[in-house]
Amino acid sequence: MTGHTGYWAFLAHRVSGILLTLFLPAHFFALGSALEGEAAFDTFLAWTERPLVKFAEWGIVLLLAAHLGGGLRVLALEFLPWRNWQKGLAALAAAMAIAVSLAFALGL
Amino acid sequence: MNVKAQTGLWIAQRASAAVLALCVAVHLATMVYAIRGGLSAAEILSRTRGSAGWLAFYSVFVLAVTLHAPIGLRSVLNEWLGWRGTLCDIFLCALAMLLAGLGMRAVLGVFL
Amino acid sequence: MGTDKLKVSVWRGGEGGAFQEFDVPRHPSQTVLDAVTYIQRALDPTLAYRFACRVGMCGSCAMTVNGVARWTCRTHVDEAISGKGEISIAPLRNLPVIRDLVTDMRQFFDKWARAKGRFEGKRTRSDEFETIVPENENRKQIDAAIECIGCAVCYSACDVVSWNPDYLGPAALNRAWTLIKDERDTRTVERLRAVAGDAGCHSCHTHMSCTEHCPKQISPTAGIAGLKREVSLALFRGVL
Repeated sequence: MTGHTGYWAFLAHRVSGILLTLFLPAHFFALGSALEGEAAFDTFLAWTERPLVKFAEWGIVLLLAAHLGGGLRVLALEFLPWRNWQKGLAALAAAMAIAVSLAFALGL
Repeated sequence: MNVKAQTGLWIAQRASAAVLALCVAVHLATMVYAIRGGLSAAEILSRTRGSAGWLAFYSVFVLAVTLHAPIGLRSVLNEWLGWRGTLCDIFLCALAMLLAGLGMRAVLGVFL
Repeated sequence: MGTDKLKVSVWRGGEGGAFQEFDVPRHPSQTVLDAVTYIQRALDPTLAYRFACRVGMCGSCAMTVNGVARWTCRTHVDEAISGKGEISIAPLRNLPVIRDLVTDMRQFFDKWARAKGRFEGKRTRSDEFETIVPENENRKQIDAAIECIGCAVCYSACDVVSWNPDYLGPAALNRAWTLIKDERDTRTVERLRAVAGDAGCHSCHTHMSCTEHCPKQISPTAGIAGLKREVSLALFRGVL
């Protein structure tokens, strides 16, 4: 049933997980180009300077923070003494904090 | 898959999640530090090549991802696409192999 | 005000049915069950619905009111009414519809049985009572979950039940939890096997819709989390 905190936390967690799973092979593949030497790697790095790529990077950091926050919420609910709603909020707050700080830190 | 194996998957999922929470934190902090002032291939590779410690760290990272992502995707495929059973699980194993292969290729390329 | 009218949309027919609109006189302190009863008695005697105690003890009157599963006898019209002054009443979600507001609850109770939701002690009537003191930690956890009356609101609210036809659901798993925590019960290992895996506790994704909607303020999510831990322990000990 939609419309309450737990449902949105779940949805954010699942959707971010799916998107990250799609992103990761591309991330690994691009980094593997380092095997072909510095020139190939430099070409790749130049490509990442483009604004659209920077925006995508920020998006991925956000997805990561959302997924981490959702995951911490699940771990807290499953392994810590039961306190109903507090854990959901705590983990989500943590995720938001991480996302915001990282976005700024990465200078995007 | 019997319930013992399914329980094993759940445990692997939670354990890899805990490992990833740490790895992601370290990775992002490292990236923030390393990216300051821009980077070139030569700069990055001069720092990473030959580092046994980072090689070990990122190998663990890749292993955790190889477990965590396919098991997570399994729930999505079962529940949202209605895809269940052996064929689905084989597809997920293939995904795990892909992630492990590409991941270790990247780790070796950057750290070896 | 008896002259005020309420627009009530009620599900009619089976799965392939439709909503039918009725005008119901509005009264102070009127419940949704009052509205349904009025429709059946004064407007359309063919309307099928369930109720029994009408005072919030039996759970028989559970229906979907404006999209939310709840006990209609404990839902005041004033509380349920939409912004447009309308109420829609449908049968509980996730269960086959027999007719109108009546669902086939068999799968709900079958899953209760599949989760081994039945107590099996070791003492007979000739033995002394096996006492569990109120301060006992296990008993306190059981107490938090024992008041379930099998109304199926949680089952109806659960998305995993919608997505996975084999999923035992919050009520069955919650009951299994109370029995696993019961030191007097003898079928713990069998029960752990029954509640583990894709059809069991491991498919709970902590949406907590069950906890949100349970009219008895039970948190099946808490019990299911407990089951996840117990099942893991059993696996490590080699008894699963």
